[in-house]
Amino acid sequence: MRKITYDQAANEAIQEEFRKNPRCVHLSTDLAADLTEEFGTERVRVTPIAENSFVGTAIGLAGSGFRAVVNLRMATFGFVALDQIMNHAAKLTYMFGGQAKLPVLIRMTVGAGFSGGAQHSISPYSMFMNVPGLKILLPTTPYDVKGLLKTALVDPNPVISFEPFLLGRSEGEVPEEEYFLPFGKAAVRKRGSDVTVVALGRMAHVALEAAVELEGKISTEVIDPRTLVPLDRQAILRSVRKTGRLVVVDEACRTCSAASEIVALASSDRTTFARLKAAPARVCGLDVPIPFSPPLEKYVLPDRAKIVKAIRAVMRRPSA
Amino acid sequence: MQPDDKVLIELYTTMLTIRRFEERLVREVSAGNIPGFVHSYIGQEAIAAGVCRHLRRRDRIVSHHRGHGHCIAKGADLKRMMAEIYGKKTGYCKGKGGSMHIADFSVGMLGADGIVGAGLPISTGAAFAAQLEGKGDIAAVFFGDGACNEGEFHEALNLAGIWKLPLLFVCENNQYGVNTPAAYAMAAGEISRIPKAHNIPARVIFGNDVEEVYRAAGAAVAGIRKGEGPFFLECRTYRWHKHFLSQQLEDLRPAGELEEWKRKCPVAAMEKKLRNRGVLSPAKLRAIDEKIMRQVDAAHDFALSSPYPQPQDALHDVYSS
Ligand SMILES: Cc1ncc(C[n+]2csc(CCOP(=O)(O)OP(=O)(O)O)c2C)c(N)n1
Ligand SMILES: [Mg+2]
Repeated sequence: MRKITYDQAANEAIQEEFRKNPRCVHLSTDLAADLTEEFGTERVRVTPIAENSFVGTAIGLAGSGFRAVVNLRMATFGFVALDQIMNHAAKLTYMFGGQAKLPVLIRMTVGAGFSGGAQHSISPYSMFMNVPGLKILLPTTPYDVKGLLKTALVDPNPVISFEPFLLGRSEGEVPEEEYFLPFGKAAVRKRGSDVTVVALGRMAHVALEAAVELEGKISTEVIDPRTLVPLDRQAILRSVRKTGRLVVVDEACRTCSAASEIVALASSDRTTFARLKAAPARVCGLDVPIPFSPPLEKYVLPDRAKIVKAIRAVMRRPSA
Repeated sequence: MQPDDKVLIELYTTMLTIRRFEERLVREVSAGNIPGFVHSYIGQEAIAAGVCRHLRRRDRIVSHHRGHGHCIAKGADLKRMMAEIYGKKTGYCKGKGGSMHIADFSVGMLGADGIVGAGLPISTGAAFAAQLEGKGDIAAVFFGDGACNEGEFHEALNLAGIWKLPLLFVCENNQYGVNTPAAYAMAAGEISRIPKAHNIPARVIFGNDVEEVYRAAGAAVAGIRKGEGPFFLECRTYRWHKHFLSQQLEDLRPAGELEEWKRKCPVAAMEKKLRNRGVLSPAKLRAIDEKIMRQVDAAHDFALSSPYPQPQDALHDVYSS
C-alpha cells in the first residue's frame, strides 16, 4: 500500500469532501495552497489573525447552512478563540433546543517535545472534554487522521481535531480508496494479557515502543482511543478486566487530564475494579508549563523509559 | 425612503406588540412567575421595528441578551416565545434557552446571545454565507454600546470590512452597560468613529424615531444588497427598566434621565403622528391595541397551559443527529 504523511492524509480528507460538497468553506490565517488552488479564494479564505472572530464566523456559516473547516494551527492559539468554542460551538445546538445544526470542524495541533516553549506547546484536550457539545478527535496515524476527518466532514456537529504536532510528517499506509472511520472506536495497537496501556496522541507510538521493549517479559496490550468524545469505554474496560492492570500514558499535564478520566472510568466500574490486581497508574506530563531547554523539556514529558518503569511497577505490586 | 401609510401602520403595530409583550413580562417577573434573567426592550422598540421592516425572511439576524424585540420584529411567534420564557416544552428551545436565548431559525433569527459582543462574529459568518450564496440576502446584527468595547466587536468590523460582507451593524446605544456609562467606558468617544476607522460607513441616528430608523436602515440595506459592503447604524436610545427585571438590582443612572427619555417614547411619538396625520383614527388605534393585547394574552395562556419538559429531556439535543 502507498505511504503518505499524516499532514497529507489530513489534507486528502478535506480535498475529497470539498469536492463532494460545494458548501464547505475553509478558514485559516495561513494560505492553504493546495486547497486554494483547487477550490478558489471564495471558499478557502485566508483570515486576519483574529481567532475568536473567525471561529465565530465559522459558527455563523454553519448556522446558515454551510460547513466550515477552521485550522487554528496550534492549540495555544486556539485559546484565543475559547469564547466562541466553549460558549457557542459547544452550546448553541443545545441552548436553541436542537434547532441549529453546527457542522464546524476545528483543527489544531497539540503536544510538546520540539522546544517550542510554553506558549507553543500544550495538550489541552481534557479542558474541552469537560464542555459537553463538542466531539473530540485525537488521531495518531495517517490512516486514522484521514478516516476520522472524513467522518468529521459529514458530521452535523462541532468537532475538534487535536493533531499531535510531531506526527505531522510521520508516514503511514493509507489506501487510495475512500473510507470513513467511526467515532468512539478505539484501536488495539498491540494485543497482550498482563497489562493494559491506554496511550493518547503521540504517546500511542511511544507506548508501543515500550511494549515492544518489554516483549517476552511482560505482555502489554496497547489501546489508542483515537477519539476522546465519544470515548470507547467498552474497549478500555474489556481490556482492563482481562489484564487486571492499567497504565494511562498522556503528555498532557496530569491534573484533571483525560488520563484521570480513564483511570476513574476503570476504577469506578464495579466489575473492572473487582478484577484490578494493582492500582491504576498515570504517566503524564508534569504539572508545569512546558519549558524550553531540551533537558528541562525531556524531564517533564513522558518517554519510553518512564512508560517501561510504570509498566514494571504495576506488575510488581501485590495482587489486590 | 419615506414610509407610506401602510408601512407606518406596520411599524407602529410591531412596536406596540413588543411594548405589550414586554409590559406583560414586567408584570409576571415582578409577581415572581418567571425564572432567570429577563432583559426588557422597553424604550428601544423603534430600532428592531425600523430595521427588520427592511429584512426578508431569508435575511438572517443575530441578537443579544435584550433580544425579544428583534424576535418579534423578525416574525417569531409570540406563543412559542412566551412558552420559552416560561421554560416550557412548547417554547422555541424546548425550555433549554429561556429569555436570553430565543432563536427561530425558520425566520432567519439565529438567536439571542448572552455573551456580550459574541454575536458579532457569528453575524459575520451569516453575512459570509449570504455572500457565498450570491442571492442578494444580507445579515444584520444587533448589539449594545457595551459590546463595542469587546474585542469581538473590533474583529468583526475588520473582517466585514476586508471581505465587504453584506452585513448591517445595528448598535443600540442606550448609553449604559448595566450602570457603566458608555461615555466613561469608551476612549473613542463617538462609537461611530470606530467603524469608520475600519472603512465602514456609519451614521448616528435618533433611535426612538421609527421613521428615522426606517429611512436610515432602508438606505443602508439597499446599499448592502447592491454589494457595497457593510454599513453601521448607531441608534441613540434609552432603556426604561433596570438592566434586567429584578427587585434587587440597583439602577444607578442619574435621576431625571429616565423621565426625560420617557417623554421621547418611541411608541407614543408614533401614535401621536398617526393620529395627527389622520392615518389612524382613535378608534382604529384602540382596535390595534386590543388585538395585540389579545395576542399577548393568548401567548401567555399558551405558555401557562403548556407542559414543562420531562426532566430527562435535559439529556437531549447536546448533539444533532
Ligand atoms: C462577556 C460578558 N461579560 C459580561 C456580561 C454581563 N452583562 C450582560 S449584559 C451586560 C451589559 C451590556 O451592555 P450593552 O452591550 O450596552 O447592552 P444593554 O444591556 O445596554 O442593552 C453585561 C455586563 C456578559 N453577559 N458577557
Ligand atoms: Mg447599553
